[in-house]
Amino acid sequence: MSTHGFDLDALNRRPWTPAQDADVALSVERLNLSYSGKPALRDIDLSIPRRRVTAFIGPSGCGKSSLLRCFNRMNDLVDGCAVTGRVMLEDTNIYLPTVDVSQLRRRVGMVFQKPNPFPMSVYENVAYGLRIQGINRRRHLDEIVEKSLRSAALWDEVKDRLEDNALGLSGGQQQRLVIARTIAVEPEMVLLDEPASSLDPISTLKIEELIYELKSKYTIVIVTHNMQQAARVSDMTAFMNLGRLVEYDSTDRLFTNPRQRQTEDYITGRYG
Amino acid sequence: MAEQDSHRQHISGQFNQELETATAHMLEMGGLVEKQVLAALSALLELDSGEAQAVMELDKAINAREVEIDDECFRILARRQPAAGDLRLVLAISKVLNDLERIGDESSRIARQAIALSEQAEDVPARPWTQKIAAVVTDMLRSALDAFARRDARAALAVARGDEEIDAQMAGAMTALAATMRDKPEHVEACITAMWALRSFERIGDHARNIAEYVIYMVEGVDVRHIELDAVLDLLPPLSRE
Repeated sequence: MSTHGFDLDALNRRPWTPAQDADVALSVERLNLSYSGKPALRDIDLSIPRRRVTAFIGPSGCGKSSLLRCFNRMNDLVDGCAVTGRVMLEDTNIYLPTVDVSQLRRRVGMVFQKPNPFPMSVYENVAYGLRIQGINRRRHLDEIVEKSLRSAALWDEVKDRLEDNALGLSGGQQQRLVIARTIAVEPEMVLLDEPASSLDPISTLKIEELIYELKSKYTIVIVTHNMQQAARVSDMTAFMNLGRLVEYDSTDRLFTNPRQRQTEDYITGRYG
Repeated sequence: MAEQDSHRQHISGQFNQELETATAHMLEMGGLVEKQVLAALSALLELDSGEAQAVMELDKAINAREVEIDDECFRILARRQPAAGDLRLVLAISKVLNDLERIGDESSRIARQAIALSEQAEDVPARPWTQKIAAVVTDMLRSALDAFARRDARAALAVARGDEEIDAQMAGAMTALAATMRDKPEHVEACITAMWALRSFERIGDHARNIAEYVIYMVEGVDVRHIELDAVLDLLPPLSRE
């Protein structure tokens, strides 16, 4: 079972994969997580390739969202949450007490299941993170807002209503706006927690198309309940069950010939 | 490699049923094709133009079955988006259908040669060779379909090896037919007809080998097409090895 390293041959066989080195963006070592003493993640070891899409799949409660939230320490906000092990971003263990968590979250952005635009204009939503960083020059902001909205495939739909309240956008547009807001601060990594599960099929496909576009610049990790979605968008897939990483392999391999019986049963819809 | 177990049920009983039905239909068609090959052989050896005619008639039914079962596979792909072992099963069925249909075509060709021979010759030239080759080929076809039904990759690998036996027999048959043509020029036409029939049996062997290769793919997820058989063993997980 290949928990470490990547099946580069399989990755490179995908005709649309840009020729880039799939080096490691983030690695997890012997990670254990518990909520009020109840274990939720057990001995997780895995590496996330840079500028690829990695998907986490598994039944509800398997720990996939908990694992994702470890990558920018979102779990810190949960009472009783205890983490041991290491999460290495570049050469830094992000769980060291010296790490600046807001700086970490700028480097590792996150998009949630339910679109959560701020109750302000489309423009100000995207500019928000920049303003927090003290960037207020209008021309500079204009540039980044347009670039981010274009990257999020939303520009053409909102360019004439930048001053409208973001809450007036459709669900799919709101989710793309949140993605634009996330990438405006130029993170290294974007974490997507069920980003399309509250969207209709067309909006879902737009988000998936966007994920494909974004991976040329960002490392993407997506948690999804929709196995076909994982199969469509990701280069690598991790299957988790009961807090453990059962199998981690190239998506091609995992969906055509998984090595573990548990994975096979889950992705083919059999009783576990 | 995930262990295969056909008793393990889908959460969707309907999906389970669809996979089982498509498999059963393909194996039924396989049985029909086996019968057709045996009937073509009998028509050839007995120089029975009536039986040959029946073989050619049966081909239409086989072609129709191919289209129907392929349609079942398309529907499963479109509606269920099968993954892993299920995906390989549906793809394998669809590919095996293609080979079965072409075995049907070859049987019809043999039947046509049987009719020609019944008008040209008193006996089938190189009869013992024809019998030997046909025996190997029909055994390969039956074993390949059995291996599919039992999801047995090792049995399938043994089937693929039958191809080597056919090659050896074909060389012997060609030498014998050439000798007959030299000695009895009046039998040249019948010998050429017999050669065509042998060539069809050889091709049926090739299709049986293809079916066996799809069984290995279905069971083990390893594509063994265009790979030397000795190298195939290295590709299979240890459990499937001798």
